[in-house]
Amino acid sequence: MTTVNRRGLARRAVPAISILLLGTMVAACDRSSGSSAANPTQNASATDVALTVTSNAISGGKNAAEADWYANYVIPKFTEAQKAKGVNVTLKFQPSGVDDEQYKAKMALDLKSKSGADVIALDGIWVGEFADAGYIKPLADVVGPNVTSWDGWAQIPKAVQANASYNDKVYGVPGGTDGRVLYYNKKLFQQAGLPADWKPASWQEILDAGAKLKAVSGVIPIQINAGTAMGEATTMQGALDLLVGTGAEIYQDGKWQGNTQNTRDVLGFYKQLLDQGLMDKNIQQAAKGRDESFAAFAANKIGILLEGDYFWRSVINPDKGSAPMATRDADVGYAEIPAKAKGAGVSGQDLVSMSGGGGTFLNPNTKFPQQAWELIQFIYSPDAIKAALAGSARITARQDVNKEVLSKDPLLSLISEKVLPITRYRPGLAVYPQVSQALQQATADIVSGKSVDEAAATYQGAVEKVAGGADKVQKS
Amino acid sequence: MTANAGASDAAGLGRARAVAFVTPAFLLIAAFLVFPAVWTIWLGMTDFRLTGAQAADPQFVGLDNYRAALTDPAFHNSLWLTIVFVFGSAIVGQSVLGFLIAWTMRSVPKTVKAIVETLVLMAWILPSSIVAFLWVAFLNNNGGTLGTILNSPDTAWLLEYPMASIIIYNTWRGTAFSMLLFSAALGAVPPSQLETARLSGASTLQQFRDVVFPHIRGHILTNTLLISLWTFNDFVPYLLTAGGPDHATETLPVFIYLRALYGGELGYGSAISFIMLLINLVIALFYIRLLRERRTANRSGDADADDAKADADEVLTAAEARNVGQ
Repeated sequence: MTTVNRRGLARRAVPAISILLLGTMVAACDRSSGSSAANPTQNASATDVALTVTSNAISGGKNAAEADWYANYVIPKFTEAQKAKGVNVTLKFQPSGVDDEQYKAKMALDLKSKSGADVIALDGIWVGEFADAGYIKPLADVVGPNVTSWDGWAQIPKAVQANASYNDKVYGVPGGTDGRVLYYNKKLFQQAGLPADWKPASWQEILDAGAKLKAVSGVIPIQINAGTAMGEATTMQGALDLLVGTGAEIYQDGKWQGNTQNTRDVLGFYKQLLDQGLMDKNIQQAAKGRDESFAAFAANKIGILLEGDYFWRSVINPDKGSAPMATRDADVGYAEIPAKAKGAGVSGQDLVSMSGGGGTFLNPNTKFPQQAWELIQFIYSPDAIKAALAGSARITARQDVNKEVLSKDPLLSLISEKVLPITRYRPGLAVYPQVSQALQQATADIVSGKSVDEAAATYQGAVEKVAGGADKVQKS
Repeated sequence: MTANAGASDAAGLGRARAVAFVTPAFLLIAAFLVFPAVWTIWLGMTDFRLTGAQAADPQFVGLDNYRAALTDPAFHNSLWLTIVFVFGSAIVGQSVLGFLIAWTMRSVPKTVKAIVETLVLMAWILPSSIVAFLWVAFLNNNGGTLGTILNSPDTAWLLEYPMASIIIYNTWRGTAFSMLLFSAALGAVPPSQLETARLSGASTLQQFRDVVFPHIRGHILTNTLLISLWTFNDFVPYLLTAGGPDHATETLPVFIYLRALYGGELGYGSAISFIMLLINLVIALFYIRLLRERRTANRSGDADADDAKADADEVLTAAEARNVGQ
């Protein structure tokens, strides 16, 4: 009897649930299809404005100086400036202190759900995939044609503007650029009998220095990022710098670098580092390996480390670094990254580097497009940039600011004068991050003990899959 | 049917009002349970991505994602790791340890019992992120607590013994539930029967096998199934190892997260999620069937068994509440 009743109930419940289901689905579809682009003039004359800006920076943690700059400079000064115009602005900074890939996923989800901050900092390499997804739109679409009238554009070189552009359209304002070098610990070098002004001319000389450092007890001789846990940091501060040192770029002549001699050379170099005990396996595999490598370098436990100027500015900076090194200026040396051998780098170069850079973008769903654009202009005004630098230096987007600040810092002078002319950029293609992940996996395979040929063959297969066919991948 | 209508309408609401009462519940279930599940099935049949052109305009790819999953060595690896993790930490670790604690605590002074139970419960109720932080510090290879205690400060436990680490972690984390359930169940074993067994010279093992086990058999099954389900879906190992080193702790929830959000393959991730949902359903159906059989058995059982069931049900309700809260 009870079963009869249960079936009766089920018979009535099923159509009820189906109708409800249909209703929710229709509602959901309706929501996703209603993606009307924001009207540039929307709320243009509002006197009460609420804006949010976000970046992967957090006070007391990652990029702390940037987060503090938002709190102590941008928010009060911008609010003040707007008040003078009779506009009441409530500006908030939304902090974040996570790995870049996690930040990227968070931003993608924010923008996908048509929410998130009004002004968003993104890495230049994400612009393609975010633009293809419709998450960000060209500035001219969001702000209107008056966007070109900003006087700041004249100060930003075209090459740097490319960092925030895609398919010849400007999506945001670039934040500047950077360069990569080999940092080394002069104290450890002295103990190992190596010169204080080390200038390696080939990969072999890096290995030789590593072998000498190995004799110093308790020291990891070399750290060149590998593995999947570090994400893009493996590609950017590792595999790609080595790859350009073999004379090839990851994407050239319309093809991705697959299982080529160049790729095998890069993987072979990693293998040498690991087999000769010059590199620590754990750092490459640990969940927080990159942070561990920073802490180890700051504690005089790593001899040579490949990193960008970010490392100098934001990590071992004795003032505001996340792994401060009080004796940075006296104990840390830096050298340009050598090609595999003299003249073996891209365009026959002896020395190589990789560069990138982020930018600031407008959320297309902002309720206050004009005011948000004013905020970006404010953030990129010479005064605001100088306040962000707070006496230190970095390569900013603006040439007028660069002229003033770069000469103050010897590392930044080296990067702007010697490294930037020879550096290479990653391709601004939407599929690049997936190729990058395949390359990270190839280095992870080397770390876990696979052979170079095995890792390179797997890599070839993975790149063919994401590039959309074997004809788009170079193999030799 | 018509004749029964009056009898089954015990509350006297009538059909219209009854429907009005259940509608909010149905709405919630539809919005938060049925719709996401159906949506997952749909997404699993597209090449939907988190970013890029496929994010704006996903294409229907039919069963390609499922086909890819079934031939993907990374998925096989992940499924196997999940089985190892569930077997090691839930079925063996939590059940056995929980039972042993419950068994031992019957014959110790009340204060000792209170202290032990509080400590075990603490591991269960602390927020996951905090617990993960503590364990990372515990197992760290740069002066972590365990390394210091064992005088081996350089051992990277999470890298050298990744699966063992998360199994031990999860055993520590979840034993409280099994302990609570089993102490309630053991409380209902009639002391008279145990006494008789003891007087007839039965060994501890014999007492367990012939007196205790028949009374708590149902609880063992309930417990095993519930903790299997929870462990199967547990994401916290990610906070300890991030799936590494080299995919050695990439259980299914971690695998899905890494593929769908880190790698952006939402379509593929959804397909795997649906496969996971199916596995969960099989476990759940098995559980429901089992409960039904127990209910029939209980009807002929004695009052003690019903008490035990009531106690155990209380624990279950508390556990469900906690699980929902997570």
